Amino acid sequence: MLAYANPKRFMELSGRVLPWLAGATAFLFAVGLYLSFAAPPDYQQGDTVRIMFVHVPAAWVAMMAYGFLALASLISLVNRHPLADVAAKQAAPLGAMFTALALVTGSLWGRPMWGAYWVWDGRLTSFLLLLFLYLGYIALRNAVESETRAAKAAAILALIGVVNLPIIEFSVQWWTTLHQGESIFRAGGPAIAAVFLWPLFAMAAAYTMLFFTLVIVRIRTDILERRARALTMGHAA
Amino acid sequence: MSAFVALLARDVRLATRAGGSAMLALAFFAAVATLVPFGVGSEPELLARVAASIVWIAAVLASLLALDRLFQADYEDGSLDLLALSPLSFEGIAAAKIAAHWLTTGLPLTLLSPLLALLLNLPTKAYITLLVSLLVGTPAISAIGGVAAALTLSIRRGGLLLPLLVLPLLTPAVIFGAGAVLARLDRIENGAIWFLAAFSAVAVLLSPFVTAAALRFNLAE
Repeated sequence: MLAYANPKRFMELSGRVLPWLAGATAFLFAVGLYLSFAAPPDYQQGDTVRIMFVHVPAAWVAMMAYGFLALASLISLVNRHPLADVAAKQAAPLGAMFTALALVTGSLWGRPMWGAYWVWDGRLTSFLLLLFLYLGYIALRNAVESETRAAKAAAILALIGVVNLPIIEFSVQWWTTLHQGESIFRAGGPAIAAVFLWPLFAMAAAYTMLFFTLVIVRIRTDILERRARALTMGHAA
Repeated sequence: MSAFVALLARDVRLATRAGGSAMLALAFFAAVATLVPFGVGSEPELLARVAASIVWIAAVLASLLALDRLFQADYEDGSLDLLALSPLSFEGIAAAKIAAHWLTTGLPLTLLSPLLALLLNLPTKAYITLLVSLLVGTPAISAIGGVAAALTLSIRRGGLLLPLLVLPLLTPAVIFGAGAVLARLDRIENGAIWFLAAFSAVAVLLSPFVTAAALRFNLAE
């Protein structure tokens, strides 16, 4: 990974990889959306079961994005990898968007299913906290003037907030909740029919590819912006 | 050891003087707790239910007041640089300042809480629980607040960012602190006070190290 520490090498490599990532994203979304609409209505939930194909992948990617953010922060603090804090900074807004998407789609699903747009149970509360952690990270990163100090302060904050991830994960086990319990990754295999699992996994793969495509685009943009700024300063001197 | 005590004593003295944060935090605490019945309505049953949460939230907000000046004041006039050169380590500085913050904000709030509980119609049997929950939980507020204060050290208007960083991290304290009192009211034993104690213990033990790390890179440039 240290090989990609050189921004120039990263730009070359990511430039080659990016079209494939973008293509894979588009393809997976096409497949996922087709499967989502082709899936039959659920015997209990009817057509609203299709919200699952939008809500659950968004939630998975939101948590994965925070893991990405925390890992990048750790590498930035420990290894002083120069692109790690760029990666962290660019991943945070994406993670926040996926979290907000998961919260909104979940709320819209909750109304027909539970009769409530929002309940204060463990899973929803800790997921809302995830959104606040993202927003706090973004705010701190933008508020400090010195870029290096901002990166370090925000890295520490991201690592403190990592404790929220297992809380979200196990909240449905620890507390009584309206939210769906462990249905897929559990002992005894998934409790969801295959006809719903395939669209779900396809959409999850699509969302993940989308996240990585976007984060690489954002890192490349950041590197180009820095170059542009350096050129402007050099020109002004 | 004496350097730690000296810094602790200095910060306590500064906070308890006129214009210091101790009285301000107490006044704010009382003001917030007294404001809520105007909004919620003075129906005794309702107030009794929410009294614990009101006191807890007011305690958290009042503690936040003094936090952004915790390191900022010394940073601005150069005292933090001098402290960095002293034999006291950054961890020691952090621990002393956080302890001073608790002694001048958290502890007085805890001692004042029964009076506010009286105003908010909390049943008498829950007073001890409220006291204990605040006694156990306010160190966590000071500890986590100290971390956030060090992280936001060099930001202008960092005081506005501080609550955004601290409040999400303090949610477990409010949940378990108010939850302990509610459990006492409902005669349930849910161990909330133990969760709160664990949360506080972890926060208090780890915060000097995290705060010191944040102070180090803020002073490095």
